[in-house]
Amino acid sequence: MATPTTRRGFLTFLVAAPTLTVATNLTADALPSLPAPAEITDLGDLLILAGTPTANMLVLEVTPDGEVRFQLPRAEVGQGITTAVAMLVAEEMDVPVSDVRVSLSDARAELLFNQLTGGSNTIRSVYGPVRRTAAAARARLVAAAAQQWKAQSATLSTRDGSVVAPDGRTATFGDLTAAAAKLTSTITAQPKSEEQHRVVGTSQPRVDARAMVTGQMRYTLDLDVPGAMPTVVRRPPTINGSVRTVDDSAAKAMPGVIAIAVVPTGVAVMAETFGQAIAAKDALEVTWNRGTVDELSDADIKAKLRAATLPFVVPPLLTQHIDGEFDFAFVSHAPLETNSAIADVRADRAEIWAGLKSPIVAKQTIAAALGLPQDSVTVHVTQGGGSFGRRLFFDAALEAAQISKAMRRPVKLMWTRVDDMRHGRARSASHHKIRATYALGQVLTFEHRVASVETDFRHGLGEILTATAAHLPVGGNLSFAQTVFLTTVKVPYHFGVVTQLLNEVPLRMHTGSWRSVYSANTRGAEEIMVDELAARLGKDPVAFRRETLKTDRQRAVLDKVAAAGEWGRTMPQGFAQGVGFHDEYKSCTACLVEMDARDPKNPRVIKAVIAVDVGRPINPLGVRAQMLGGLTDAISTTLRAGLHIEKGLPLEGSYSQFHYARQKDSPPQVEIHVMPANGEPGGAGELGVPAAVGAIANAYARATGIKPRSFPITFPVDFDPFPR
Amino acid sequence: MPKYTFSVNGKPVSVDVPADMPLLWVLRDKLGVKGPKFGCGIGVCRACTSHLDGGEIQPCVTPVAQAAGKQVTTIEGLADGDKLHPVQEAWLEQDVAQCGYCQPGQIMAAVALLRRTPSPTDADIDKIENVCRCGTYFRIRQAIKNAAQKM
Repeated sequence: MATPTTRRGFLTFLVAAPTLTVATNLTADALPSLPAPAEITDLGDLLILAGTPTANMLVLEVTPDGEVRFQLPRAEVGQGITTAVAMLVAEEMDVPVSDVRVSLSDARAELLFNQLTGGSNTIRSVYGPVRRTAAAARARLVAAAAQQWKAQSATLSTRDGSVVAPDGRTATFGDLTAAAAKLTSTITAQPKSEEQHRVVGTSQPRVDARAMVTGQMRYTLDLDVPGAMPTVVRRPPTINGSVRTVDDSAAKAMPGVIAIAVVPTGVAVMAETFGQAIAAKDALEVTWNRGTVDELSDADIKAKLRAATLPFVVPPLLTQHIDGEFDFAFVSHAPLETNSAIADVRADRAEIWAGLKSPIVAKQTIAAALGLPQDSVTVHVTQGGGSFGRRLFFDAALEAAQISKAMRRPVKLMWTRVDDMRHGRARSASHHKIRATYALGQVLTFEHRVASVETDFRHGLGEILTATAAHLPVGGNLSFAQTVFLTTVKVPYHFGVVTQLLNEVPLRMHTGSWRSVYSANTRGAEEIMVDELAARLGKDPVAFRRETLKTDRQRAVLDKVAAAGEWGRTMPQGFAQGVGFHDEYKSCTACLVEMDARDPKNPRVIKAVIAVDVGRPINPLGVRAQMLGGLTDAISTTLRAGLHIEKGLPLEGSYSQFHYARQKDSPPQVEIHVMPANGEPGGAGELGVPAAVGAIANAYARATGIKPRSFPITFPVDFDPFPR
Repeated sequence: MPKYTFSVNGKPVSVDVPADMPLLWVLRDKLGVKGPKFGCGIGVCRACTSHLDGGEIQPCVTPVAQAAGKQVTTIEGLADGDKLHPVQEAWLEQDVAQCGYCQPGQIMAAVALLRRTPSPTDADIDKIENVCRCGTYFRIRQAIKNAAQKM
């Protein structure tokens, strides 16, 4: 089997120094703002920088039957990166996309910081290295043909998986792969110039779509690992509670039950089927020790956040000003595939299967928990049924390993939906204070103070930021959270003196980054204030954004939605348009929605028009899919989806209670315009949420006359909570 | 334990399980039919949606006893060999799936809708309650409309 790998010849790859982007085309009546930290170096730059030393340690194989296999050290959870990467490989090697198989790498500790899937950074970070790797493989195949034919490589071309000579001779890559692997000379190659691209930039359906629509796609729980039997965990009545006593006499006698074990997170039950495991788990008699936030409810959390919100600098005395305060509830990631993992732990080794966005940290943590050397723990990354940030953590993988060790059996662990919603992670609740001052038609200052329950970044991000913090041009000794905040969130407008500050309240709850991390709430609230500022200044919301945005590229997406969405058209009573804008991940987007809010308690987004500039779209069809997902997330979290915390536990336990949007909440009209390529690829996965949050909230305000201040807007406890 | 005999995707099967065991676990854990997915266990996410004698069911809340003597169809049984069902074709044309986990249930719900209502309106499509956490609803809607035209 030929395995031409590609370290050789590519050690010179360097990430270009982050470039300073300052607007030069200021319109007359906007007071310029200094660049925000995120405009100089954003989180993605830091992730790329940290991954650079190992960026080219990629594995590409050409099989004798001509299939190109590429191992991607990232997680696929629906965002479409396996398709985009297959396109990059196909482009460079002149093979059909259908001949490229992209698989997910096992945890590879040698990759150091280069196996984290987050920050909408996959395409940004692999665009160069994947193309270089594929170009190198192609060059070696061409060189092998040249050697066989005693020809010059430069005279040969490649087409459809074959090398072609000027005289018409051809040899397939499959036929050449063994010879190519034996070449000893150093062969250098450059990726194609972007003008030559024929695949990249065209819409390609997902490579795994057929498997998905025929039920053949295999997720973690669908794998058949010998001996791994269905297992669930009885969990405490409050977050982080622990087992005091267990009476398992009834459970043990139930049909199908195989094993019961106490682990740090609860009592694990294994049975022949999940149905039996769940029934036996419910039959356990367990008493519990207290958790870490037992007395805490929403009102307490809100009070803590308000108390932690840092003061403004500018007093509201000398100028005209506008203030706004906003609250956002906790939100479950709620991927449809709950936390799940398979673990086979033996005395001297362990093997793990799970959807993991930080598999190296998972491997290290699991090895430490089991008392095994890291090299003895193999971690396989399976394709995940959604993530939205959740699978940055490996809670189920660690727990499955602990259960397997305790039971001395392979384990197939599934969290129930109630487990996943109540004991899984969530986006932290946050409180926002925004003050803008203005005079003579322009904004003089714009201050935003954010207080948030601490977001857990202990999935390797801290190490990455430590390794790269020296490269941050601003900020000094920032905490990890503040670094993430300042390298992701920025006001895209010239609003004079702009300051954004985050303060976190540490509460021992299960939190984690949720699609766009701080930006959905922070930028969403800011977009509401932009509309309110525009109203104060007597300006149209689109016109006001247009004159204060910093770049022409930003204005172009705004103009696109205003034109395509017929901004300003007359709407009946109770209906309204709303607009929002966001710039992050070196990409920017505008969103225009139309809302039916005749019943203010039951508003519906009936139309959405989105424009998106990702610099260089690899797969416009995939980019549109991500923007559609971001829109639906924004509809959900702005209007109805959140978690109520009561006495140390979320009340919501399933989709009948956590109101993530359904078809009836989704607009029957959606247009998504992808702007033409104009630079390097930016990120897309999380980009869609913040602008849509702003647009939806603004449409609601315009339709109802009610200023939205607390999210989700409609948030009653309209259900009987499940027992604890 | 009682023995239940029924067909799954056209093949007869017999299982020895308690009468109240949800069909989902019989399919997945006893018979190795992995297309129907677990998402909630209470019939609200509908990721497991399948058909019983052609009608829509949620196997996670359907006791196995109810399937006795009947025909169970899961996503795996929808295509005719390599020839996909028009709804599956429409799903590919719209590139509906993202993570794909809910899509077997979405497709089975759409097929059931089109059987009841061959030309569904937007209001008819709105009644499908299957959760798609990736938020692909608009593409689902388009795919259902396109499939309706084909069928």
